[in-house]
Amino acid sequence: MKAASREFWKIFLTASGTPLVVLAAAAVGATFSFTSCPDARAAEPIRWAADTESGAPLVFQDPKEPTKIIGFEREVIEGVARHLGRSATLVHNSWDGLIPGLSRGNYDVIINGLEITEERKREISFTDPYFVTFEQLAVRRDESTIGSLANCRGKKVGTLKFSLAQTMLEKFGGIEIVTYEAEPTAYEDLKNGRTDAVLLDAPLAIYNAKPNPALKLVGAPIGSVLYGIGLKKSDTELLAQMNGALAEMVKSGELRRIYDRYNLWNPLMAERFGDSREAALEPPTMYEYYLNSTNRERTITERLKLYVTFLPILAKGALTTLNISLVAMVLAVGLGLILALMRLYGPKPVAILSLIYIELIRGTPLLIQLFFIFYALPHVGIRLSPFVAAVLGLGLNYAAYEAENYRAGILGVAKAQSEAGLALGLSNRQTVRYIVIPQALRIVIPPITNDFISLLKDSSLVSVITMVELTKLYGQLASTYYDFLGIGLLVAMFYLLLGLPFVRLARYVENRLTPTEAKEQRIGLSKRLLGRALTSSLK
Amino acid sequence: MSIVSIRGLKKSFGEHEVLKGIDLDIEPGQLICFIGRSGCGKSTLLRTLNGLEVLDEGEIEIAGHSLSRKSKTDPLDDKFEKKAQALRKHCGMVFQDFRLFPHMSLLENVVLAQTVGQKIPRDEAIAKSEALLGKVGLQAHKDKMPLQLSGGQSQRGAIARALALSPAVMLYDEPTSALDPELVDEVLSVMKALDQEGMTQLAVTHEMRFARDASDYVVYMEEGSIVEIGAPDVLFSSPKDDRTRQFLRKFL
Repeated sequence: MKAASREFWKIFLTASGTPLVVLAAAAVGATFSFTSCPDARAAEPIRWAADTESGAPLVFQDPKEPTKIIGFEREVIEGVARHLGRSATLVHNSWDGLIPGLSRGNYDVIINGLEITEERKREISFTDPYFVTFEQLAVRRDESTIGSLANCRGKKVGTLKFSLAQTMLEKFGGIEIVTYEAEPTAYEDLKNGRTDAVLLDAPLAIYNAKPNPALKLVGAPIGSVLYGIGLKKSDTELLAQMNGALAEMVKSGELRRIYDRYNLWNPLMAERFGDSREAALEPPTMYEYYLNSTNRERTITERLKLYVTFLPILAKGALTTLNISLVAMVLAVGLGLILALMRLYGPKPVAILSLIYIELIRGTPLLIQLFFIFYALPHVGIRLSPFVAAVLGLGLNYAAYEAENYRAGILGVAKAQSEAGLALGLSNRQTVRYIVIPQALRIVIPPITNDFISLLKDSSLVSVITMVELTKLYGQLASTYYDFLGIGLLVAMFYLLLGLPFVRLARYVENRLTPTEAKEQRIGLSKRLLGRALTSSLK
Repeated sequence: MSIVSIRGLKKSFGEHEVLKGIDLDIEPGQLICFIGRSGCGKSTLLRTLNGLEVLDEGEIEIAGHSLSRKSKTDPLDDKFEKKAQALRKHCGMVFQDFRLFPHMSLLENVVLAQTVGQKIPRDEAIAKSEALLGKVGLQAHKDKMPLQLSGGQSQRGAIARALALSPAVMLYDEPTSALDPELVDEVLSVMKALDQEGMTQLAVTHEMRFARDASDYVVYMEEGSIVEIGAPDVLFSSPKDDRTRQFLRKFL
């Protein structure tokens, strides 16, 4: 009906208010914030990316001061930057997203235990190796049958996703491979008997398995692994500069000193860097510092004291989580209403558009949508900051669900109520505005609150697009302190505390909107029905 | 001079023809009751009068506002919708199930159409609404929410809400069918009082006693047509048509 469609646009324009405009502005702002003038680049810090959850000794949280990120790779890249007269700033990203983020231009280099492989060389370029190591097998202390990879045939071996060790295990054949996002969980599963061995780069074994009384390192060094700094293929100038800086650091012994302090110097490196001096360990080394401060045998009081030091960090993460969730929910609730109105009152093409949107969004995983927004859109020139991408991803996703809530709510306000409005000489638009929407809103408050609470939890997914929020912090802290249980409970409590006020608020609003007598009637009726069902089932 | 005039009114739902060509004229100030079996088309007639159901064919004129269509295939455009809305502003409609707006107080229910629909200043609308609520005996309940009211109170509230339009005609669609028997009279007495004031009222009803005692004319309908129209004392005591007699036998 033409009349209906004209009314629709009026409603549409009234309802679509500020949220979209604000977001559009934010998006535009984000697009421009990334474009910078190339001439100014020399003075800019080198933006280097790492997964801060990847743990010791590469890049990890200082166990004594969890807000500080330390690790030998930080020292290497800062050394390189110093040689180039620049500073270095860390951009956090998850391991899976490191290379996509580089091509996207989120940072200049990756330095995060990235092994130099032919496969990766096709996508990015590498500096000369700054670190040489080998694969190391670890088993449970009581294990006596496994001494080499050959003994692992027919057994379960854990390793990191996309790592060289994984490729090695695949090539070796006959081994059941279990892959992990982070090495602490790989070693934890080994300890708990879910796997029979773990094959990982030696530094990870030295820092994670060696100090663990339940585990031991076995077998000879396997293969040779080269870590290189990853750059965009087009970045040839920076590549040459960095190679130069690395060579200087080898020559001056600067690189060697870093590895000595971290207890990582090995014969492979001695050979490659032509440095056959004995290891000169000057205490206190970083290795000892790490072992002392992550002492796993903590008393309850020590643990509790540790947890107290986590509170400010977690509170900050919780704030990020809350921030993302709130803005995303505002977007979802606003856009959802528009989508529902489009679908219910719009002319046919508009209604179909809304339906397609809803089905498309609900039919695909949120994780894929987030990846798409953050990593795929830059290919068509849309670059969003992590925050905007997170909010858009969650908001656009939840809008589809909210639209369905609204639709149910609006349909639930019976046709009878709309007729009553029309019969009073109100227009379609006035009827929707004053009679249908206010009643629909009340109906949708409980489902929307539920959705908000699940959005709070789904926001944990945005850690894949470089946002550091509660869940990311859980991963970081738990892998640093090997305490998945205690820190897990702590983080769960934070989520619970975030959600509770909203549950209470929703209940309060709902109560205010429902007159007491109606409530009593409703309870009375359900009691009566339940009572009847109970008595009849007892008969 | 008639205030309601219906000519050749037809309406069907799918294949089923519900109104088969109705002609009717109603003088101002009359109380007309429509009676007949369920499904005879009396409710549809009432709903078609103010455009809640779109007529297929024929012409309706109420207090100078008309709605007409030449055939079912006539396109419905903005103009028709506008005309229907204009007409509704002069018809108060009362439904069987009250249909007060549950999210606002009784007073706000009465105020809404005045401020939003008719753009009357709010203080004026409130004064008028309070007077109307007083008239139907609900002054004391004006701040209650609809769910706190009894059925009879709700229906009287709905009448006040419809009266707030200062309508030329009141339409009632089985106004007492959803009420407990002891509450029926409070609604009927409001309708009687309005009749005294000279309001034109059209009521679809199953209350034969009310139709006989209070109405000026009774319209008996069957299968989408008007079978008989008559003053109540005539129609109830000596109906001309056999079909009317058969119907009334069950009630009297």
